[in-house]
Amino acid sequence: MQQVINVFLIGISIGSIYALMSLALVLVWRSTRVVNFAQAGQAIVTTYVAWEVVNRSGSFLMAFIVAVAIGGLIGGLVESGMMRTLFKHASDGPVASVAPVIATLGLLGVIRALVGLIWTNEGKRFESPVSTAGFVIGDTTLPFSRLNLLIICTAAFVMIVFSIVFQRTNLGLALRAAAYNPEIARLSGVKVAMTRTIGWVFAGAAGAVAGILLSPNDSLTPYSLDVLFVFGFVAAVVGGLESLVGAVVGGLVLGVGLSFITFYLGTSLVFPTAFIVLVVVLLVRPSGLFGVKGARSA
Amino acid sequence: MTLKVERLVVEHGAIRAIDGITFEVSKGSLAAVIGSNGAGKTTLLRTLSGLKDAKLGKVSWMDRDITGMKPEDLVRRGLSHVSEGKSVIPELSVKENLALGGLWRNNKSELSQSVAEVVELFPRLGERMSQRADTLSGGERQMLAIGRALVSKPSLLLLDEPSLGLAPLVVEQIFETVAKLCRERGITILLVEQNALGALAIADKGIIINLGKVVAQGDAKELINDPALRSAYLGY
Repeated sequence: MQQVINVFLIGISIGSIYALMSLALVLVWRSTRVVNFAQAGQAIVTTYVAWEVVNRSGSFLMAFIVAVAIGGLIGGLVESGMMRTLFKHASDGPVASVAPVIATLGLLGVIRALVGLIWTNEGKRFESPVSTAGFVIGDTTLPFSRLNLLIICTAAFVMIVFSIVFQRTNLGLALRAAAYNPEIARLSGVKVAMTRTIGWVFAGAAGAVAGILLSPNDSLTPYSLDVLFVFGFVAAVVGGLESLVGAVVGGLVLGVGLSFITFYLGTSLVFPTAFIVLVVVLLVRPSGLFGVKGARSA
Repeated sequence: MTLKVERLVVEHGAIRAIDGITFEVSKGSLAAVIGSNGAGKTTLLRTLSGLKDAKLGKVSWMDRDITGMKPEDLVRRGLSHVSEGKSVIPELSVKENLALGGLWRNNKSELSQSVAEVVELFPRLGERMSQRADTLSGGERQMLAIGRALVSKPSLLLLDEPSLGLAPLVVEQIFETVAKLCRERGITILLVEQNALGALAIADKGIIINLGKVVAQGDAKELINDPALRSAYLGY
């Protein structure tokens, strides 16, 4: 029983990181109907920046704040500098649905290359701000560590902030209205172009948090967050792509599920399982667990 | 004259949906735009509110050229558009739908006052404030759509077929309210309708359009009684 709880808690810890990446993808999807393949790339930049800040100042908190700020800034710049022009010139026909996706894939390539140029492709060691040794109860050492606890608390904090902003503020109402129905939002006076940029800013910040939480105690390379993108995407699809709550639940369910599979069946089954979950959800319930039925088709 | 539309031309690709329309609506009056399906009524309203770009021509409101302005800026100048088909956001609550219309003013007390005024006008909305808009009946949704526009405190209200798909009794109620908004609050109203008789009965002025052109305009009462127009365009 104790073991089950342990595996569950580890799953929540990793799942909350997936949830943040999923949240980032959903925020972008809701505001501009694009799956941002560069989301993990943007997070790679902020994670390297965080690594630099930790190395120079020794403060993880400062690194966190800088990473979130730069993540938001990059998100805003990508939307206003690149995507907005693209939407304007490719607004009709099949190209409108393909061009933005290709553009984000291209951006991912550029970001990886630049990061490789600046920091090289060699793995960097990102020290954990807190102990990664498991908590000790009596004479048993649990796999669940202070780092896991820090991850859960940070992710929970970010999600609470998001839910207050979206549910309780005027900005949140404008963002939701613009996501559900941009035309009615505009007719009500909402500056929808601005809400799109804000969506990308929030997504960039959420992605930055995901990156900085995943990297401690691990090797940081220009490719080390690719896995995060894959799981974040699966989580977003499970949650229905439209729903912020769905994104979080999708991330947590995926994290816990994969944690059990890792522990009881072995690591080699993690990717196949995530892939099967993705395919099954798309086949059986393409609108996701939280999406509106019939909103999308497989 | 406050709303002035001059030689307006709007195209959907190769199709001329609006083909040189000219008319005026004086301040505080109610004008009804009548026409069959595909006459260009909805396109006309969408162009006036900035959702669609005009190819040629000019629109002015209170002596100011507003051609090509964006909807979010026009709301700030007192122009509100209730678009076709119960324009509410179903995923949001009644309260949120109403609040949406007043967000841009960024003034909490003004907002709650305008919401209170709407609730006074449509008491049924007041009972359903925290419900999601998709739980409302068709008539209530239309009231909510009009209510949302009123929260923006418009001086010019564009209404696109508010009677569409509603029961006769509800239609009557909606028309009554529209007339009241014009007579009691002095809001200039441009009402687009297929329900010609109902709309002309409350309007000061009628504008009859067909295939993107104005075929007749003038005093609403006279239009109702013109036998030639009746048989050709009004269909009763």
